[in-house]
Amino acid sequence: MSETIVPQKGLTTVEVDGHALNFGPQHPAAHGVLRLILELDGEVVERADPHIGLLHRGTEKLIEYKTYIQAVPYFDRLDYVSPMSEEHSFVLATEKLLGITVPDRGQWIRTLFAEITRVLNHLLNLTTYALDVGAITPSLWGFEEREKLMEFYEAASGARMHANYFRPGGVAKDLPAGLEDKIAAWAETYPKFIDDIEGLLTANRIWKQRTVDIGVMTAEEAMAWGFSGPCLRASGVPWDLRRSQPYEKYSEVDFNVVIGRNGDCYDRYLMRIWEMRESVKIIKQCLAKMKPGPVKVQDRKFSPPARAEMKRSMEALIHHFKLYTEGYHVPAGATYTATESPKGEFGVYLVADGTNRPYRCKIRATGFAHLQAIDKMAKRHMLADVCAIIGSLDVVFGEIDR
Amino acid sequence: MAEQNEAAPAAEAPPVEPSPAEVLARDVATLPGVDAVSIEKGEVVAMATRAGLVGLMTALRDDPRFAFEQVMDICGVDWPERAERFDVVYNLLSLSLNQRLRVIVTSDEATPVASVHGVWPVATWWEREAWDLYGVVFSGQPDLRRILTDYGFDGHPLRKDFPLTGYLDVRYDEERKQVVYEPVKLVQDFRNFDFVSPWEAMTTLPGDEKVHTERKAGGAKG
Repeated sequence: MSETIVPQKGLTTVEVDGHALNFGPQHPAAHGVLRLILELDGEVVERADPHIGLLHRGTEKLIEYKTYIQAVPYFDRLDYVSPMSEEHSFVLATEKLLGITVPDRGQWIRTLFAEITRVLNHLLNLTTYALDVGAITPSLWGFEEREKLMEFYEAASGARMHANYFRPGGVAKDLPAGLEDKIAAWAETYPKFIDDIEGLLTANRIWKQRTVDIGVMTAEEAMAWGFSGPCLRASGVPWDLRRSQPYEKYSEVDFNVVIGRNGDCYDRYLMRIWEMRESVKIIKQCLAKMKPGPVKVQDRKFSPPARAEMKRSMEALIHHFKLYTEGYHVPAGATYTATESPKGEFGVYLVADGTNRPYRCKIRATGFAHLQAIDKMAKRHMLADVCAIIGSLDVVFGEIDR
Repeated sequence: MAEQNEAAPAAEAPPVEPSPAEVLARDVATLPGVDAVSIEKGEVVAMATRAGLVGLMTALRDDPRFAFEQVMDICGVDWPERAERFDVVYNLLSLSLNQRLRVIVTSDEATPVASVHGVWPVATWWEREAWDLYGVVFSGQPDLRRILTDYGFDGHPLRKDFPLTGYLDVRYDEERKQVVYEPVKLVQDFRNFDFVSPWEAMTTLPGDEKVHTERKAGGAKG
């Protein structure tokens, strides 16, 4: 086989070590179905061309054919790592068009679960990110902790992941008795767990070698490339929608917006660690400030009656039937409503035409912008660094491909 | 969202100083390339002309009164009954001034919209998406490939005249040992329920034409 090329007279042999590598769509470090075409010079990445859309399910098109209530579960399935945060933007957008305000307890529950979701998301991201870089233990520990949070999800909504819990007008139902105490007990123990994870990674020599100064984005670059959330803050931009454009009860809770300095993979990791600590603080405040009361608007044109009431009252039955078949008609208008999801700004551009179905529902996926910058970030990095960069960007393809 | 809360009381009591949204709307209206500016639910919306789009966007980014460092989203909206059926919607965000602006330009299948990837590099993928899903053409965009749909996909699926079920089914054929594309065959007809309530909107009930025409005449008078 090995046929040596005999140099001929007048010809020079130039050795070129350039080739293209197909990274994914079934690569364990591709975080789902990313197909990344890497043009390599030896082991150095010259160009990264992500091919997305392998998980495209036409969510935006489907939503145009569903009522507003029926559209909510689609959001769980976008970013399946942080389901309730995705619902959050959509229900806020719908409420804005409807012009309804959620009662206090409903807002506190949403704030509480938005933060639980943040921890849920960061746990999965950080641990699988560490796994991509070669550390197995964090993921083994993290998944146990994640399961506890999923039990809170299950207790509140009946589902571990696809919760369908936030509804336009409030939340589906009140928290079951005793759940607040369980969450409070968990919030007491959780900072210890963050310390453990940090003990494994933060000062870890290998971890730092793999992440420090990898995939650096300056503040200007991060802004130009549409970064948001932890990825933007890692570059040193103090921007958090919970603080700058507060929604729900975020103006009434005390928390810090943590920012990084270098904008590399290590800083993006630190951002998430610190955000989890801040989330625990917010969770504790939510639990302390929550008072009994209604969890959804009491207008039966927007929120369904209790099941027991429905069985006895004719009017409640009619309302229930109308809500779950026809839904409500949303006045014509458009809004772009964004929330600080765990990954960054998750926005919904909702256009209503006065019927019971959205005319257009554009989903501004956070990871879409982040993933686009991978070509810039991975340039002249080693092939193995691409895994670290993907992990640090926190991409989930349910959301990016929609 | 804080802006909107402030905007609501300001609208009721005009003599007090204008809200940040109103100031932004007033300033944006002076820029060349802007047709009309309105405030919708506290959000400032500017209708722009296609010709002056890139100049307008550059001004919005660089002018310290606006400082829109980020374009958070670019998307299409399809209004098939209009002459220029597409809206291209740019949602801008200023981090330093904490304000948002929505810029809308219109286009049709053939008329290109100037690409803004030179202003914000992130625009490339949003524009690829708008091209893929709606067929909006962006001039000056060097990388106008499809992005979300399948390789070799035909058509623009988010247009209102594209059926929800699509045209092609994809499946793995065990006998031929390959993926095959076939025309969609529905076991049950596609059901698209019309939820327009007869009490509110149905024009004429059978046998009830006279009542309806009289009501319409009365409504026209009132």
